[in-house]
Amino acid sequence: MSEATANGAHHEEHARGISRWLFTTNHKDIGTLYLWFSFVMLLIGGAMAMYIRAELWEPGIQLSDPNFFNQMTTLHGLIMVFGAVMPAFVGLANWQVPMMIGAPDMALPRMNNWSFWILPFAGLLLVSTIFMEGGGPNFGWTMHAPLSTTYAPPSTDFFIFAVHLLGLSSIMGSINIIATILNMRAPGMTLMKMPMFVWSWLITAFLLIAVMPVLAGAVTMMLTDRNFGTSFFDAAGGGDPLLFQHVFWFFGHPEVYIMILPAFGVISQIIPTFARKPLFGYSSMVYATASIAFLSFIVWAHHMYTTGMPVSGELYFMYATVMIAVPTGVKVFNWVATMWKGSMTFETPMLWALGFLVLFTIGGFTGLMLGVAPADFQYHDTYFVVAHFHYVLVSGALFAIIAGVFYWLPKWTGNMYDEKLAKIHFWWAMISFNVLFFPQHFLGLAGMPRRIPDYALQFTEWNVISSIGGFAFGASWLLFLYIIIKTIRGGEKATDEVWEGADGLEWTVPSPAPYHTFNTAPEVK
Amino acid sequence: MTEAHGGYYVPHHASPWPIVGSLGLFFLLGGFAHVLHGGTSVFMIIGAVLVAAMIYGWFSIVVRESEGGKYDGQVDMSFRWGMSWFIFSEVMFFAAFFGALFYARMFSVPWLGGASNNVSTHELLWPAFEAAWPTNGPAAVGGDFATMGAWGIPAINTLILLTSGVTVTWAHWALKKENRQQLILGLAATVALGVLFLGLQVYEYGHAYRDLNLTLGSGIYGTTFFMLTGFHGMHVTIGAIMLAVILMRSIRGHFTAKNHFAFEAVAWYWHFVDVVWLGLFIFVYWLV
Repeated sequence: MSEATANGAHHEEHARGISRWLFTTNHKDIGTLYLWFSFVMLLIGGAMAMYIRAELWEPGIQLSDPNFFNQMTTLHGLIMVFGAVMPAFVGLANWQVPMMIGAPDMALPRMNNWSFWILPFAGLLLVSTIFMEGGGPNFGWTMHAPLSTTYAPPSTDFFIFAVHLLGLSSIMGSINIIATILNMRAPGMTLMKMPMFVWSWLITAFLLIAVMPVLAGAVTMMLTDRNFGTSFFDAAGGGDPLLFQHVFWFFGHPEVYIMILPAFGVISQIIPTFARKPLFGYSSMVYATASIAFLSFIVWAHHMYTTGMPVSGELYFMYATVMIAVPTGVKVFNWVATMWKGSMTFETPMLWALGFLVLFTIGGFTGLMLGVAPADFQYHDTYFVVAHFHYVLVSGALFAIIAGVFYWLPKWTGNMYDEKLAKIHFWWAMISFNVLFFPQHFLGLAGMPRRIPDYALQFTEWNVISSIGGFAFGASWLLFLYIIIKTIRGGEKATDEVWEGADGLEWTVPSPAPYHTFNTAPEVK
Repeated sequence: MTEAHGGYYVPHHASPWPIVGSLGLFFLLGGFAHVLHGGTSVFMIIGAVLVAAMIYGWFSIVVRESEGGKYDGQVDMSFRWGMSWFIFSEVMFFAAFFGALFYARMFSVPWLGGASNNVSTHELLWPAFEAAWPTNGPAAVGGDFATMGAWGIPAINTLILLTSGVTVTWAHWALKKENRQQLILGLAATVALGVLFLGLQVYEYGHAYRDLNLTLGSGIYGTTFFMLTGFHGMHVTIGAIMLAVILMRSIRGHFTAKNHFAFEAVAWYWHFVDVVWLGLFIFVYWLV
């Protein structure tokens, strides 16, 4: 496809010590910062999940009071969404997008630094609410009014500003990614030649810029309702608590695609590599991604079927929602067709990608079930919903992140990871994940409500099994950490191409990738 | 300090400003929440100072680099994309508040009056409430109030902003013709019109609070009125400050006929603020 031209020139050494990380403008450094931040947040949010599963080990109250349980479910969701999944994908974008399009760096390198460094402060503000008087936010990650206005703890105001900061970081990061993709491509890298990962991020960044400000608007209205006497969510003043849900889910539904489209991008890189065939239906993949993004703006009220909206509204949102299955189906079939008659091998990134393909599809199907309004009346706010979104967010988004990390880790570190340990980790996580979440479908269909620390006796067995899976899944990430550290410290040297079937500009530069790549733009034919 | 990459300018060993900005925002917003809970304002002030220092310091570097000729056409294009998408994000921020206004007028207020499938809600909760706009809701939150007419100060303010859109364009023409005097005059007029707009809005707010009993707490009408106009006023303030900076830079001889991205960015922002005002004038003031 092209030649590496970048690496003969002289390279300025980066600064040493902490100032390298505090002041860096290098996309690779910033990508690394994002990924480590995300992993730390994964462990914090994971610890909260462990608490939840321990509390649900048996009926009754085991560990603490229900209010604390509510804080744990709320913060677990927020930390995983805004702290773990989104920063991880931005980290992958920082590392990969410039290398994949042949750019010397991100378009706006200083702002790139700022986008990252806002995050730890926002995370600090968010987590610190637990230790404030009255406890942390306890109204669920969806923060519905009036739970988040009239009945919320005082720390909610700090929480609101944490959300503002997270949004600011996302918007700036996305502006940077869009500017990079639109303006920094090497000559010859036309839009329809871009790797799918880059395409998926172009569309995701658009979604982020469109909806993060809407979330900021929602929490600002929360803030003024709480402190300045406004009536946005107060029916007595002519407002409506449901207004919050509309504004929130106008953000919230695109948000779930913000977390899955880059995952689609990663999978679309990995499957062709290990099937040793080009991606099947490249242009249909691009159009499918764009269609999903468009549809995400017009389906939000399927999260609100049980709020008593008019039947015409329910019908519209139901039909619009199930339409998303069409472009998503296009993607799934294209991935399968890519593997058809391919010379497949099953290194760790491919295992994660296949795990993604099977489990994400299950999550997609349960999503279809939930999208059908009359069926949703039964499933709404039960563990079926919890099982559904963990299948799309853990075995969807997170599995794709891990797939991407193993896929590109040799390029980042110059070392191959320990294939045997990595495979043990995959199977450990794959099995424990299903032990953890599959029973939750049964619990939900049987009527167990979500966000409740206690439950009726007949739910005990499946909860015990789910908790066992939960502890095992939680522990698997310590092995993952060990594998990563082991790879950074040494191991078999990686070749430039790393994978036999790999295609793309990032595989033309040495492993580890030099501090600066593509100072001179490569030629793309 | 820095190194160009095949033309594209990538600053190495960046300035400390991003991290100062993060710290500043943390103190500013955390400190503001602290004040809301009756705490000291020291943290908020520290944060505000840090953020102000960051903005000043960061932009100083960028202005120096720009005037020093470090940016080529590709860097310029990155800035253009950046500013365009930033303005788009602001549009969506306003959309949330406009959405709240439309939702209240189209749905929540009629529903409280029993429209659609809400007959029993109306009968059980607020049987005496008759849906109408403007309203402060079935509980008459904030007490009786009068609305703000469209054809007094708001109409004058509309004229002021539209005129300022003309003056900033006139200044842009001057810059392209290298007519420095007209550039400065046009920008000065734009800043003056912006400040005049803000002065009239402050007067209007005073009138609303003193004479009309129209406050932020006047139910959904007061809420949407002050939220939308206030959020817009904040943007006019930011725009006017940006224009003033551009004016000072013009006086110092910055910008050329070909190289003046900062001027255009501010002009785009000003036009955006102008267009939002037209939406406000129509939906908040006029069609009541």
